[in-house]
Amino acid sequence: MIETEQLTRCYGNLTAVDALSIRVEPGQVLGLLGPNGAGKSTAMRMIAGFLVPTSGRAWVCGHDVMREPLLAKRALGYLPEGAPGYGEMTVHEFLQFIMRMRGLKGEGGYRRFDAVVQQLQLEDVLGLGIDTLSKGLRRRVGLAQAILHDPPVLMLDEPTDGLDPNQKHAVRQLIDVMARERTILISTHLLEEVHALCNRVVIIAHGKLLADATPAELEARSRYHGAVSFSAPGGGIAQEMLGRLPQVAGIEIDPLDGRITVFPKPGERILDAVETLLREQGLEVSEIQLERGRLDEVFRQITTGGVTATEEPA
Amino acid sequence: MNPINAVLRRELRSYFVTPVAYVFLVIFLVLAGILTFYVGDFYERGLADLQPFFVMQPWLYLILVPAITMGMWAEEAKGGTLELLLTLPLTLWQAMLGKFLAAWLFVGLALALTFPIWITVNYLGSPDNGVILAGYLGSWLMAGNFIAIGACLSALTRSQVVAFILTALVCVLLILVGQPQALDFFQGALPRRLINAVAHLSMLRHFEAISRGVLDLRDLLYFLLSALSWLVAGVLLLDLKRTH
Repeated sequence: MIETEQLTRCYGNLTAVDALSIRVEPGQVLGLLGPNGAGKSTAMRMIAGFLVPTSGRAWVCGHDVMREPLLAKRALGYLPEGAPGYGEMTVHEFLQFIMRMRGLKGEGGYRRFDAVVQQLQLEDVLGLGIDTLSKGLRRRVGLAQAILHDPPVLMLDEPTDGLDPNQKHAVRQLIDVMARERTILISTHLLEEVHALCNRVVIIAHGKLLADATPAELEARSRYHGAVSFSAPGGGIAQEMLGRLPQVAGIEIDPLDGRITVFPKPGERILDAVETLLREQGLEVSEIQLERGRLDEVFRQITTGGVTATEEPA
Repeated sequence: MNPINAVLRRELRSYFVTPVAYVFLVIFLVLAGILTFYVGDFYERGLADLQPFFVMQPWLYLILVPAITMGMWAEEAKGGTLELLLTLPLTLWQAMLGKFLAAWLFVGLALALTFPIWITVNYLGSPDNGVILAGYLGSWLMAGNFIAIGACLSALTRSQVVAFILTALVCVLLILVGQPQALDFFQGALPRRLINAVAHLSMLRHFEAISRGVLDLRDLLYFLLSALSWLVAGVLLLDLKRTH
């Protein structure tokens, strides 16, 4: 479990993290989402015990990170931003170093080492120097380092940054498998990641918590939630007919590809009505789709709206 | 103990994987030889001892020790590994001690590798080996002090060059402060008591006492306390960095 209470960090006049209170339970994968410079990494560094909070407290598995740092650090697996590693060491040496630091040894230690190496597909690169690794490989070594001691709490700062789609998929599967009994906090600015990984999202900007919801709840806040979109050659006629439906709030046509989006009035379901109407009119439509809502739009709305709403006069 | 050991082993290994260790060892041994035999008039003195060898040691350390210690924390801060290291379950003290001991053991190794000079002097005459042993001990203690200073100042900055220069500067001050020339310079300006006190800070004075074979508890305490103070300051600096 991870818990923070009014966690705050100032750099001079700049408040990087502003009274952040979150609580992540076992089984949850919480995505910490925010624009660059929102304070995601700073918040994680405080939870990991690297930075001292200006005020507020944080706990990992019930251990106060300032008062019982060693207990908190033992319970935590942490991938810092950029997955740093000692360049002159080979992957094997590096992971052995982490094992020694974590007090992993003997039969059990080696079995764990082999399992992690296999999980992250590092068998072939064990002899390579960390300096020579590609960005994606480095990230995987960083992940291996974080999960070696099989921690109950995992905190990953941009775990899939720099990975290709296949590697991303592999890492997400790994996190999925690990998620069951663990508490996982990941930071990202990739919205697709939220869909793929998280069952809870916290959005922060300028160090402040702006939203705390499930991905589906966030999508429901989108203007596009429940909208129906399709492509049709005779779009103009359809537009006129659809506009007369009582449940429809508005219609937009994409100026680039001519795709038509029909927006429902709040709380209305319009897919059936739209489909029936189009069929009755004998219009040929393709790729008709019920929109779930667009996270990027919600994200933009929350993070940029949040600035104007919370900005204080200097 | 385990994390200290892990850090120590990692540091030592990194010396030998990168050219640092070999460059250091070669230059240290070659210079020690040259300084002893040519500059120090080893043969012409006609005395069976290692004074010319030990007299040159502070100046060797002055150049070479900052080269080992400059990266100790500065490199970790720059490369981001500091965050990795300090979020592993170890205390700042354990990290500092591990790094310090690695460098100290390494210089100990370099010092041990000067044994041919010791063999030479034993072959040529019959020196007092107790005095020589004391000299080695004094030299190693002094190196430990230089390393502690370097470890502290490396924690101050992200730049290895800055760490090198600061360390060399502090070390040269600590060597020179007890020299008669330096003391004469302040003779008029400062009260006599203060000058005496400053003179006692001189590393050279304590080192020379030990290397003459006089193992005074005060000299040993000076080296131990001074090294400890620098290490404490280094740990405090690291801790301060987490706050600011």
